[in-house]
Amino acid sequence: MPIEILMPALSPTMEEGNLSKWLKNEGDKVVAGDVIAEIETDKATMEVEAVDEGTIAKIVVPAGTEGVKVNAVIAVLAVDGEDVDKAGEGIGEEPAKAETAAPAPAAAKSEAAAPVAAAPKTEIAADPDIPAGTEMVSTTVREALRDAMAEEMRRDGDVFVMGEEVAEYQGAYKITQGLLQEFGPRRVVDTPITEHGFAGVGVGAAMAGLKPIVEFMTFNFAMQAIDQIINSAAKTLYMSGGQMGAPIVFRGPNGAAARVAAQHSQCYAAWYSHIPGLKVVMPYTAADAKGLLKAAIRDPNPVIFLENEILYGQSFDVPKLDDFVLPIGKARVHKQGKDVTIVSFGIGMTYAIKAEAELRGMGIDAEIIDLRSIRPLDFDTIIASVKKTNRLIVVEEGFPQSSVGDHIANQVSQRAFDFLDAPVITVAGKDVPMPYAANLEKLALPNIGEVVEAVKAVTYR
Amino acid sequence: MATAARKAPAKSVKSSGLSAPKPADFTKDEELAAYRHMLLIRRFEEKAGQLYGMGFIGGFCHLYIGQEAVVTGMKMALIDGDQMITAYRDHGHMLAMELSPRGVMAELTGRRGGLSKGKGGSMHMFSKEKHFYGGHGIVGAQVSLGTGLAFANRYRENKNVSLTYFGDGAANQGQVYESFNMASLWKLPVIFIIENNRYAMGTSVSRSSAETDFSHRGASFKIPGIQVDGMDVRAVKAAADVATEWCRSGNGPLILEMQTYRYRGHSMSDPAKYRSKEEVQKMRSEHDPIEQVKARLIDKKWASEDELKAIDKEVRDIVADAADFAQNDAEPDPSELWTDIVL
Repeated sequence: MPIEILMPALSPTMEEGNLSKWLKNEGDKVVAGDVIAEIETDKATMEVEAVDEGTIAKIVVPAGTEGVKVNAVIAVLAVDGEDVDKAGEGIGEEPAKAETAAPAPAAAKSEAAAPVAAAPKTEIAADPDIPAGTEMVSTTVREALRDAMAEEMRRDGDVFVMGEEVAEYQGAYKITQGLLQEFGPRRVVDTPITEHGFAGVGVGAAMAGLKPIVEFMTFNFAMQAIDQIINSAAKTLYMSGGQMGAPIVFRGPNGAAARVAAQHSQCYAAWYSHIPGLKVVMPYTAADAKGLLKAAIRDPNPVIFLENEILYGQSFDVPKLDDFVLPIGKARVHKQGKDVTIVSFGIGMTYAIKAEAELRGMGIDAEIIDLRSIRPLDFDTIIASVKKTNRLIVVEEGFPQSSVGDHIANQVSQRAFDFLDAPVITVAGKDVPMPYAANLEKLALPNIGEVVEAVKAVTYR
Repeated sequence: MATAARKAPAKSVKSSGLSAPKPADFTKDEELAAYRHMLLIRRFEEKAGQLYGMGFIGGFCHLYIGQEAVVTGMKMALIDGDQMITAYRDHGHMLAMELSPRGVMAELTGRRGGLSKGKGGSMHMFSKEKHFYGGHGIVGAQVSLGTGLAFANRYRENKNVSLTYFGDGAANQGQVYESFNMASLWKLPVIFIIENNRYAMGTSVSRSSAETDFSHRGASFKIPGIQVDGMDVRAVKAAADVATEWCRSGNGPLILEMQTYRYRGHSMSDPAKYRSKEEVQKMRSEHDPIEQVKARLIDKKWASEDELKAIDKEVRDIVADAADFAQNDAEPDPSELWTDIVL
């Protein structure tokens, strides 16, 4: 049997990539370990090695093809004794492009684990912070974050970025791509693997008046540094009677990515939101990522900026403005509605948006609020919405106990009890460490069905 | 003259060419200044202990009595803009950095005139103006922060040095070594001053540390270290001169192990049962940093007993004024509860 060479997944969250170059031609002999092709993702260019020995019978996906799905057949290898000319017959006749349903992992992840890929059209309310008629440019969250840092570093010589692999490697998730080239090693600083230490160094530099952006490769690793974040960064302003604070941004991916299990899959929104002296931001769209990261860098306080690996590659419209800065602490009405309010933030928004589309089909007009900031938390916007819809659901990926949603439920019950026609329901991650197995991981995360069911419950459907 | 508190002779650091310098030759003015500064710390701390006993000071209160030569000698080598940061035994460091005795004492009593408006307390005081960065209650955290201060100096390409103090106890914290690594890797101008007062709270150095020569603690990071008689202000000043010059010349960090001793317990509530009264008494009678200076001043006829008494009187007046202010100043306005949380 000829061997099918499949498009490999190069990272836990990769769903597709570009086949940039073939290094072997049809008819070439290969042995295991030979580099046969180069694949480009939004993060990196990687070489594909042959696993088996044989002759390239057919190249199915030509060089230069973009958006090749993981596990699509890209070439066929004839093994010893097989007819090279016949080996490729009938294989790869249908296009391997994005339209093709990719088998196994990608599909198995389902809409819950890879929620954004085919987001339905939701009418997005205009952001009052963006002037009407502003030209919009489709931008990934990754690019938006990089642009925000680059713009602020151009504007203020005291801003620098430090963290693991931020400089020469160009960022573990390529968020700092190009910054070393533009700003040099003085301002783009690779650190050793030493979270506790470099968080403290960052806070010390901030106390001395610099404006560090400290990147954690993931916020899971920031638990090693949480003493410096809370005891040093968050409390010094108060303990010094207002004399000395720490203008610092701690940023990096937060929450579950895909299939990285318990130690790499935790949402820290509720944790940091507990701490007076911190600001906590968790954007969903690229526009919010850009405008809020710029605001965070300018903010004189320590800001926790929670990103999400799955969102990094997602594209959104970003306003083309010279200096687009959004206010921290202000929620955004993502979609207006009258029957129920769904509050979410970060990747939680992907569930809210898809659920809203389903609900519309059922005749339920949901309002979606994207918190954007977890601390300070914009209760005014939530309560104004609740006074209109009288029903509230909160969606988040974090653990349920002492969650952001529970805090919102408590505050709304105190401030708008008389306006509620049903109890507030929080749809959170399950109260379990994140499992590795694909099916269990899917169960541990919130899903669209749970959001829909919650809405049905509060609307008595 | 009894000057050596150290147990072992200071070791030279071959790779750096650094060795413990001879104690500095002080001029009359330097001896008098050192005497006065150390006496201020001593009298201030004695008064703080008294006010604690009277209930004016709450919580934790860690006195610096016995260790005065360390901050006093180090301060004598500083130039404007050099930063200082330490842990919770910090009153002496604040006074050395010329923070107001009234402000420090009123902070101890939790009054509105305190340096942190009464919101920080004994362990948390700061002064941007005087380049004093605290006052930190988490053992070892100040070492990473102090390394960050040095990072800022290097970023700004100035000649300033970060004086980062910690104890023999904190020297066993992991982030200290994370900071050593980065400081050496990036050649940051930071002097790691290990105040080895022999006890981490109640645990003696020999019971807590596999390597009790703290000047060697930077060996894995190529950071040279010098053991210094921390009871002799002249030895401290000489080491400070070497260390500040080392850092200002772009050589990166340096460790100074100050062999010192605290006379009081770890905090006010520590009865110090882990050491003998004789041990304390021996240090007091043979190595007291203030008595050493006093003896030299008298010996060289640079000051008479009466003149020294007059200095003592001036210092006592400053401390009495601070204590009076700290006892009578108003508590913070209740509205202060909600200020200075975020800017």
